[in-house]
Amino acid sequence: MLAIVGTVPDPNIPVLMGEATMEFQQVAVAGRRFPINRGTPALLAAAIQVCRVLGEPLPVAFLVGDIGLGDGSRRLYRFLTEKIGLTTFDVIAFHYLQPDVDWHNRVLFTIEEMAKRPVLIADAGFMYAAKMSGEAAAYDLFTPDIGELTFLADEEAPHPFYTRGFIIHKENEVEELIARAYRFRNAAKYLLVKGNRDYIAFDNGILNIVDHPGAEAMEAIGGTGDTLTGIVAALVNSRMNVGDASTKAAKINRIAGVYAMPTPATQIAEIIEQIPGAIKKII
Amino acid sequence: MAFFNFFKRKKTEDSKSFRQSERGLLVFENTSEVIRAENILKAEGRAVRVMGPPPEIRTGCDLVIEFPLMDSLNIMRLLRNKDLSPLQVAPVTSPLLEPVGLFQTTDFGRYLMVRAANMKLTIDKETQVIVNVSGGGCPDVPYLASVLVGKTLAESPKPRELGHTLCGYALDLAYNEMRKKCLL
Repeated sequence: MLAIVGTVPDPNIPVLMGEATMEFQQVAVAGRRFPINRGTPALLAAAIQVCRVLGEPLPVAFLVGDIGLGDGSRRLYRFLTEKIGLTTFDVIAFHYLQPDVDWHNRVLFTIEEMAKRPVLIADAGFMYAAKMSGEAAAYDLFTPDIGELTFLADEEAPHPFYTRGFIIHKENEVEELIARAYRFRNAAKYLLVKGNRDYIAFDNGILNIVDHPGAEAMEAIGGTGDTLTGIVAALVNSRMNVGDASTKAAKINRIAGVYAMPTPATQIAEIIEQIPGAIKKII
Repeated sequence: MAFFNFFKRKKTEDSKSFRQSERGLLVFENTSEVIRAENILKAEGRAVRVMGPPPEIRTGCDLVIEFPLMDSLNIMRLLRNKDLSPLQVAPVTSPLLEPVGLFQTTDFGRYLMVRAANMKLTIDKETQVIVNVSGGGCPDVPYLASVLVGKTLAESPKPRELGHTLCGYALDLAYNEMRKKCLL
């Protein structure tokens, strides 16, 4: 079973845990509904689409409201340290959480004590905390974009905001940045780097590059990285290995994007609608 | 010549450490307070800079304010008058991390995208309406996006007025860069 951990931009939402479903074109968890503009609801919506098409159980969401003050994230971190060890999830995907190294470490230590260790996927703020803690190698998959890859490649940067200029200048040298991230142990076992070309890498090099169909406008669309993480998490949960799932997820996300005929003004919900058709093309 | 270079290098290092010892840093509860303090102090013409904290006090999503130690009393008074108190005031003893200062611009024809660090802001060049915000990983990003998207550059609030994290701060840099490109 798949668990997805993240936040929603409403400070009044308490910690919620429950099966995620779609209701009236919104994501529903524990009796509450959330629009799928971007962020964790977009990730959940994409994962739900994949689970439905593949006939897998729907994901379980762990959500809390947080608009950046970190208070909600800390409540969720605490909840996870108390509850996650009692679960038997096969895959856990961590997403938009306030980066906090101390809380990250407590959550990771709790997971490492589980009887069966789940596959661990990290994106967004939780990936930042995982890298900064020095525990990146404990994860099975990170899903950075190019800006976040430069951060992973900069062994001194605690957040993408502090990535040093000489590394940012290497943005067109993705393979070198990937190698550097692995050299300093700041990458998960697999990387799915999203961009004009999607790179699937592991510590021995590049496993695959997915660059078609091309949809340049997708880089500007908020949520396309979230949907990619949701798709790959759901595919891994269907017992696909992480490398294959990453390659297929990159293709599915691109095809869904092309089906939506995107411009830089397209909203992510239009792409999520196209995911079932894209899955049928690839799987 | 080598003898000369040795002394030249030593003098440079000494000057650097001397300069650092003249600077202090203000540590706050969260990034929102840092942004507020920066706004207050810059409005008063104080020579302050937002920087990354030294490793021993980093938690994961932080900024500190670097300031001239000679100006401590005035700065503390200005902040106190606005009900803002730093958690800690300390001298700068090692180089601080600098925020990203590079921007990437992508022209999609009708649309223009500016990226600062991990944050991207895209506008419709004809209407100057913000059509998308993407990237980032801190929880205020979806909130900021929901407020900004659909508004023009002129009417939208500044991300720094609503953001609470480094991603929010990076979005503010992208927003300012976009305004420079479009409104000048």
